[in-house]
Amino acid sequence: MAEAALDTQTELMTINIGPHHPATHGVLRLVVDLEGEVVRDLKPVIGYVHTGIEKSCEDKSYWKVIPFVERMDYVSYFFQMEAFCGAVERLVDLEIPPRARYLRTIFLELNRIHSHLVWLGTTALDLGAISMLWYCFRERDRILDLFEMACGQRMHTRYFQVGGVIEDIPLGFEAKLREFIAEMPVRVGQYEDLLDRNEVFLSRTKGVGIVPRERLLELGVTGPLLRAAGEPWDLRKAFDYLAYPEMDFKIPVGTVGDGYDRYRVRVAEMVESVRIVEQALDGLPDGPFIADDRKYVLPPRSELSTSMESLIHHFKLVTEGYRVEAGEVYYSIESPRGELGCFVLADGSAKPARVHFRDPSFVNLQAFKDMSVGTYVADMIASLGMLDPILGGVDR
Amino acid sequence: MPDAPGLELIRGEIEGDHPGAVLATSFDRDQPALVVDPAQILAVLGWLRDAPGQGYRFLSSLHAADYLPAEPRFAVHYELLNRDRVERLRVKALLADPAAGPDSPPADGQLPEIDSCVELFPTANFQEREVYDFFGIVFRGHPDLTRILMPDDYVGWPQRRDFPVGGEPVTFTYNERNYG
Repeated sequence: MAEAALDTQTELMTINIGPHHPATHGVLRLVVDLEGEVVRDLKPVIGYVHTGIEKSCEDKSYWKVIPFVERMDYVSYFFQMEAFCGAVERLVDLEIPPRARYLRTIFLELNRIHSHLVWLGTTALDLGAISMLWYCFRERDRILDLFEMACGQRMHTRYFQVGGVIEDIPLGFEAKLREFIAEMPVRVGQYEDLLDRNEVFLSRTKGVGIVPRERLLELGVTGPLLRAAGEPWDLRKAFDYLAYPEMDFKIPVGTVGDGYDRYRVRVAEMVESVRIVEQALDGLPDGPFIADDRKYVLPPRSELSTSMESLIHHFKLVTEGYRVEAGEVYYSIESPRGELGCFVLADGSAKPARVHFRDPSFVNLQAFKDMSVGTYVADMIASLGMLDPILGGVDR
Repeated sequence: MPDAPGLELIRGEIEGDHPGAVLATSFDRDQPALVVDPAQILAVLGWLRDAPGQGYRFLSSLHAADYLPAEPRFAVHYELLNRDRVERLRVKALLADPAAGPDSPPADGQLPEIDSCVELFPTANFQEREVYDFFGIVFRGHPDLTRILMPDDYVGWPQRRDFPVGGEPVTFTYNERNYG
C-alpha cells in the first residue's frame, strides 16, 4: 500500500506483538508504534530462544559440533551442516570425493524445497489461504520421508560429516527421489494456480513491503529478498563450491521487490532446485562417499574387527577427536534465506575456539522496519511472512 | 580473492593514504586478511569501500573472537565482499583488554572500545550489538548499543573464553525449598 497520510487527530499508541503470536513464525516480539492502523515505528526484540549454541560448540570436539549447529536454523539444517563441515574441511585442507559433493548438493536442494514449502504454507496461512498449508506440508512430508530413508532421521539428520557424508544412499532411494522429481513441478504448478491470480492474495502482496535494492544491499540483505528486488546475486553462482559449477540452473529475479515478487522468486526457486536435484542424480559419480583420511574420518565399521590400526584410529577419533592446526576460516553458502556464513577459529586443540554463524535471518530482520513503516498493521504481518525469518537462526 | 601479492598491493595503497593503519597482513588457507590499527578502522573500511578500484561495498559479516591467552586478546572481524569481482577480504582489528594490564593497576569494569561502522555499513547495527552483548566490546557512536540476544539485565560477557560453560546458575527452586 502507498504511504498513508499522516492523521494529526490520532495519538501514537505503542503496542506489543508477541513474543508468542502465530503470525511471528517463532518467538519474535515486535514493539510497534501505531497511529490508528498505520505503523509509524517498529522495533524487533529478539533473543527469546537464544540457547548459547555458539558457546556450547567451544566445549565440543569438531565432529560433535555438527548436531549442535543443525539446531540453529531448524528448517534448513542441511545448510548449517554444510557451512560448518565446509569450514572445517577448509581448515584442515581436506578434499571431499565427487560422490559426496553430489550427494550434498542433492540434499541441500531438497532442503531448500522443504524450507520454501514451510515458508509458503505458513505465509499463505497468514494471508488467509488455509488450504495452502495442507498442500505444502503434504509435499514437505515426502521430502522428510526421503531424508528419513537416507539418514534415519526426518529432521536434524547429522548426515554431513567432515570429509563427506556418513552413509551412501540406500537401495530404492533413487527410484523414490525420481518419483518426487517428476511430481514436484506439477505440484508447484498447482500452488501457482491457487495463488497467482487469487484476488485476495494479490491485494495482500502486490506493492506491499517494497524496499529499494540499494537500501537492501546497505542493510546486508541477501537471498530471495534481494533477488526479488532485481539483484541477481546468488552465492551458488558466484562462488565455486560443491557440485554447483557443474549444474545448469537459473537465478529467478523479481522487478519491484514487493511481497508478490518475493513469492514468485521462491516458487521459481523450487522448480530450479528440482532441476538441480535431477541433474545431480543423473550425474551422480560412483566411488567413495567420504574421504579416505583416517586422521579425520572414521574407518568403515567392518574393518574394526580385522584391523588393529583402524581400531586405534576409531578410538582416537571418538574419544579425543582430531586436532586442527591454529587458523581461522570464513565459509559462506547460499541458504534458502541468503548468505549463511560460518566462521571457525581453531587454536590447535581438538575443540574449536570459536564457532560463529552469520545467519541470514538475523541480518535480514534489520530490513523489516524499512518494509513496514508507513503501512497498515495487516501489511506488516504480510511483510513479516514474506521476510521469512527463522527465529532459531536469529537467536542461535 | 586477492592473492598474496594483491594483498600487499592493497596494503601499500592504504599505507599511502593512511600511514600506519595496516599493522600486518596474513594469507592463511587462501583467505586474505588485513590486521588494522583499531584507531584507524573507519578510515580503512571507508577506503576499501570507496577508493577507486577497490569497491568492497558489502559487509558480509561482522563478528568477534577471543584469542585468549594471546595479547591483544580480542579481535573484531569484518568480512568484506566485492560483489563485482567476487572477492572477499577480512579486516581484523585487535583490541587489548583494558581490565587486564600487567603494569597498570587493574581497572575493573573497563571495556575495550572501537569505533562503530554503522554509518558506513548500516548492516552492522545488529551485528555490533551482538558483539557487544557477547564480548563486551563497546562500539563508539553506535545508535543503540544494548544487549540483543541476552536479557537486558544480564551481567557478564558470555562468549569470552574465560567465561565458563555452565557459568549460568540454574535455580532448582523445588529442591532448594524442600531439600536445601
